[in-house]
Amino acid sequence: MDAFFSNVDWYEIWLATLDTLLMLGGSLLFTVLLGLPLGVLLFLTGPRQLFQNRPLYGVLSLLVNMLRSLPFIILLIVMIPFTVLLTGTSLGVAGAIPPLVAGAAPFFSRLVETALREVDRGIIEATQAMGASTRQIIWNALLPEARPGIIAAITVTAITLVSYTAMAGVVGAGGLGDLAIRFGYQRFQTDVMVVTVVLLLVLVQILQSVGDRLVVHYSRK
Amino acid sequence: MIEFDNVHKAYRVNGREIPALKPTSLSIGAGEVFGLIGHSGAGKSTLLRLINRLEEPSGGRIIVGGVDVTALDSAGLRRFRRGVGMIFQHFNLLASKTVADNVAMPLRLAGERSPQAIAARVAELLARVGLADQADKYPAQLSGGQKQRVGIARALATQPKILLCDEATSALDPQTTAQVLRLLAEINRELKLTIVLITHEMDVIRRVCDRVAVIEDGVIVEQGRVADVFLHPQHPTTLRFVQEAEQIDEDAQRDDFAHVPGRILRLTFQGEATYAPLLGSVARETGVDYSILGGRIDRIKDTPYGQLTLALVGGDLEAALRRLRAADVHVEVLR
Repeated sequence: MDAFFSNVDWYEIWLATLDTLLMLGGSLLFTVLLGLPLGVLLFLTGPRQLFQNRPLYGVLSLLVNMLRSLPFIILLIVMIPFTVLLTGTSLGVAGAIPPLVAGAAPFFSRLVETALREVDRGIIEATQAMGASTRQIIWNALLPEARPGIIAAITVTAITLVSYTAMAGVVGAGGLGDLAIRFGYQRFQTDVMVVTVVLLLVLVQILQSVGDRLVVHYSRK
Repeated sequence: MIEFDNVHKAYRVNGREIPALKPTSLSIGAGEVFGLIGHSGAGKSTLLRLINRLEEPSGGRIIVGGVDVTALDSAGLRRFRRGVGMIFQHFNLLASKTVADNVAMPLRLAGERSPQAIAARVAELLARVGLADQADKYPAQLSGGQKQRVGIARALATQPKILLCDEATSALDPQTTAQVLRLLAEINRELKLTIVLITHEMDVIRRVCDRVAVIEDGVIVEQGRVADVFLHPQHPTTLRFVQEAEQIDEDAQRDDFAHVPGRILRLTFQGEATYAPLLGSVARETGVDYSILGGRIDRIKDTPYGQLTLALVGGDLEAALRRLRAADVHVEVLR
């Protein structure tokens, strides 16, 4: 057993895990901060909604679709100049976050749009009938009612981001994916590969079960 | 209280104008329970939503409590809507909020910040609808009737002068419907609230409304006091609603009465006449014999009424008809 793990430097693994968690946390935060308003805007300007606006919806939709259809590995490379402009580096955790957000926010905003569409129109109508302003409708009715759906969207997005962080390893972002590629793949250290894969699996499992629990809690059924 | 002056509404569907409400003028008095009955798609829902401008009118003026609703800007409209409560067929409660938070919502939206004031008002409202012990539950834990009572409490939170009811009992079973209607009648009486309700069930109209309008294809085809419209329907649509409510099948009736001898009459009594011992004395004085083929004695809101189908044989038929009419009984000769 010891022989099999001979290549594994647990301190390196620990640092890589920390990097992955930092990338995940940072990119998830900015993804939600950007994607949630974008999702609300997509919803509101969408067909037959409160602020139906075909041109705006069309432009937003196109933008979101373009970013989503770009393979993430390409996005990583295309984004490099912009990332350097934004963070001063294209390497490490800081260099990884802009492309991660650019990859995940459009995807997340679509999920938010769908979650908001699931809210019964009658609830919006009832809130309007109470004399609510649009801002009040969004904050007091739409977002609370869509909360379980939005939490589920955050869960899915977080898990997608885990796999993106692994890919970001390719362009020098660090983290578990980077470890897996540099040691597990390029140096044929299968034991390192196994450890990183197991850690990523555990991370995904934890994210999913926490997300599921929150969804159940907020569903109030 | 509510005046419609030549109001009309058309929807634009694929570039074509679909009229939902043809030019309509209507007047609903303060403190009145006004019913609108019609089949689905008749335009009743549009008419109701025009009152608080959830639907924008295509033309005409709507005056509510002296305010021209059609002329309000968006801030004015929001203020106006706080004075108009609304309840819905599917309750439209927020699943993410407790009963108490649902009821508190209009207060919070109106800018009430004091938690004590909100808690006190919510407790008062829940007590009124008989749900004081359910404050911390979520809507999913309540029955349909309880949900609608939460809806009513919520609609009353900002002390509106008008309550709009959108098919409020259509999703409820008959017993729960009766309870909710009783609650609405009570609120109308005690709070002097003007209620406008729409329904497709004549029975709902009969139980709570003072006046009724029958709407079909975007046109009000008949309106008046419920007793008049209910007992003497003029328009075929109204007649159909009444027959549905009383479960009368005219064809079957005609067949049933085919071998009954004599003249067949339908007598309609209202108010005190309902309980007067009239038939016996008429029979004695005019020598006619009667057999009762069908009938019911019931109430329209608070007014008792009776409707009897009789076969009369022998005696002085004309004199009997005169006597009945003289006693304020509405007589229709069916055969």
